[in-house]
Amino acid sequence: MTLLDVENLWVKFPSRQGVFEAVRGVSFTLGRERLAIVGESGSGKSMTGRAILQLIRPPGIVTADQVSLEGVNLMQKTEREMRDVRGKRVSMVMQDPKFSLNPVMTIGQQIIEAYRLHNKANKSIAYEKALSMLEAVSIRDPKRVMRAYPHEMSGGMGQRIMIAMMLIPSPEILIADEPTSALDVSVQRQVLSIIDTLVTDRGMGLIFISHDLNLVADFCDRVLIMYSGRIVEVCDAKNLHEAKHPYTRGLLNSLPRLNAPRKKLDVLSRDPAWSEAPSVSGRV
Amino acid sequence: MTMLTIENLCVWFGGGRDRVDAVRQASFHVERGASFGLVGESGSGKSTILRAIMGLAPNWSGRISVDGQPVTKKRQKGFYKTVQMVFQDPYASLHPRHSVDQVLGETLHLHGFRDIDARVVKLLDDVGLGGKFRFRYPHQLSGGQRQRVAIARSLAAEPSILLLDEPTSALDVSVQAEILNLLTDLRLEQKLTYVMVSHDLSVVGHMCEQLAVMKDGEIVEIMDVETLRNAQARHSYSRELLAASI
Amino acid sequence: MAMIGLWILILLVMIAVGAPLLAPHDPFAQELGNRLQPLWSEGHILGTDSLGRDLLSRLIYGSRITLYIVGLVALIAPITGLLVGTVAGYVGGWTDQVLMRITDIFLAFPRLVLALAFVAALGAGIENAVLAISLTAWPPYARIARAETLTIRSSDYISAIQLQGAGAMRIITKHIWPLCISSLIVRVTLDMAGIILAAAGLGFLGLGAQPPSPEWGAMISEGRQFILDHWWVAAVPGMAIFTVSLAFNLLGDGLRDVLDPKDSEK
Repeated sequence: MTLLDVENLWVKFPSRQGVFEAVRGVSFTLGRERLAIVGESGSGKSMTGRAILQLIRPPGIVTADQVSLEGVNLMQKTEREMRDVRGKRVSMVMQDPKFSLNPVMTIGQQIIEAYRLHNKANKSIAYEKALSMLEAVSIRDPKRVMRAYPHEMSGGMGQRIMIAMMLIPSPEILIADEPTSALDVSVQRQVLSIIDTLVTDRGMGLIFISHDLNLVADFCDRVLIMYSGRIVEVCDAKNLHEAKHPYTRGLLNSLPRLNAPRKKLDVLSRDPAWSEAPSVSGRV
Repeated sequence: MTMLTIENLCVWFGGGRDRVDAVRQASFHVERGASFGLVGESGSGKSTILRAIMGLAPNWSGRISVDGQPVTKKRQKGFYKTVQMVFQDPYASLHPRHSVDQVLGETLHLHGFRDIDARVVKLLDDVGLGGKFRFRYPHQLSGGQRQRVAIARSLAAEPSILLLDEPTSALDVSVQAEILNLLTDLRLEQKLTYVMVSHDLSVVGHMCEQLAVMKDGEIVEIMDVETLRNAQARHSYSRELLAASI
Repeated sequence: MAMIGLWILILLVMIAVGAPLLAPHDPFAQELGNRLQPLWSEGHILGTDSLGRDLLSRLIYGSRITLYIVGLVALIAPITGLLVGTVAGYVGGWTDQVLMRITDIFLAFPRLVLALAFVAALGAGIENAVLAISLTAWPPYARIARAETLTIRSSDYISAIQLQGAGAMRIITKHIWPLCISSLIVRVTLDMAGIILAAAGLGFLGLGAQPPSPEWGAMISEGRQFILDHWWVAAVPGMAIFTVSLAFNLLGDGLRDVLDPKDSEK
């Protein structure tokens, strides 16, 4: 059951030095699965996520043959129509909750606002919904958290609150852009397992954007590896360690491993052919 | 031959009611030529220990001695010729308006060297940057290149000990591999002693022979890397950290 | 728009430099028979003032005075502010407190009142006017410089150079000043309009340039009495002040767009 179908997505930024192409001809489909988009900085992975939600503002130019959500092409929607899609049908969790939560509003106010934007509900219903959502993300004292401000929360809690806020309108797809990169290792596990539970229980599609290959190998079902704006390899997560493309192999080999010590790490030598080759399609 | 000894180090910020103890009674020592890791999560105090050693933390108590000499509250001139530091964020550790040549030249000048030109060339060479980077500005360099310049700067004084504060956490994986390899090479060539802070156990496992695990300002365990690899950590927190990292 | 401002200012400088060549008449030459001639008169494009002096020539020579005042203040005020602000911000502690309280004292003085006091004490004249304006103009620069220094001081690159054994002097002059300069330049340019008006105001009150000096503010003051029938005597220098102030504002806005965004990069 295909939730999202992206075909030939391009994101370009005209600048004084010429046109910078952040995403070059990316195509993939997303079902009720966990899809990872992996790449280093500058690979275009975050831009892809934002382009799906039409969050790229001029002078950025987004073109695609289609970006279809259950058959409806989002590229043809107006900004007003997109506002109905964002949050309600496709939601996004970003890297650092410090920068995505409004510092001058209490958490309760923000979650309630998120809920009431997409549902006609009075404040008390919204409040109850918000409480139950906070409990769903394993926050132990939801009433206290509702009254608190974002700066009083730790990184892990902030991220869980973001997830609560983003999932309260019950979207069909969640785009998570490096959701655990700013968190400590032990907290990462917690947050990932929460995302895991929620996505599975609700039958959502998940696009997980990350630079961490090992993390996505564990957590996701399918992996798209991006380099220089293109997809260079598509594989199942469980087969990631047998990946064939030299870039993917290079990335895997350059990671230090606790259980496989080496004197020197393999250094990736970038072949210009990788960015010339056409994008591999991730469409199923 | 012990190069660095830390005994009962306490570091705190603020005073009275607002006092925050960042490091509590930390003790460890590092042999000459060894590479020692400090791991822990954010807020564990690991970076604070490095800053205290360098003299960047105002309130500390305990004993720090470098190469047998105890360190006083106000660092003596020779101190910075023995101990140097590489910072975490390559985007923040270079002055935005100074070229690479100015950065290295100034450092060499401050340490009293005369043959500045020749040394700048050699330093750039040692870190794998060619002459064409010499007159570039930080915004014209990539993250990995900036970090190389930061490493060159720390080597300018010909130190014996390098304190590395998460030197690769702000870098891409492929660039991290290059920098870690560079650090490994430099340690061998110049017979340096490293104290490396990281939250990434696999990086510490790769670079260090011994490590201390920190939690909430305290060292909970000191172990060999072998112990880490064989998952034989004794303290429960170390085990948790290890489990979460795999 | 900033370019327009720049061109006007370049024109101003050229006029000031080439005054002897450009002015059709001697700015001090009185022709009482030819007083208060209107615009487009024979030999006097902008007319003459109450003593028959050619307004165009006085305007041209007046530009020199304007540039002199503006130039001096633009040097003294920001440099003093930079010194005080960066030292206060970097050294901190008591030095910071003392310097900032001194800054506050000077900030509390209204410019014209202080100028009056100065003139009463030292006598009227351009130099004293410049001094009075500078003394009230430097505090905002000190504040800006201090604020920037506080932000910069906690950066890793400052820590790094401290670890090489650099002293406070070197750090302040070679590391902090280069980063403060651009915001100061923007601020100076935007302040220029105010400084010109202040100088004109002092001239208007008779506290700045003394007659027969063709300072624009003094010219407005002289023309005040004739404003109903011979409006151009006051309006012409007024337009000059307006144009130069506008030019500085346009230039300042443009400079801010160019310099500030780069400064706010991470």
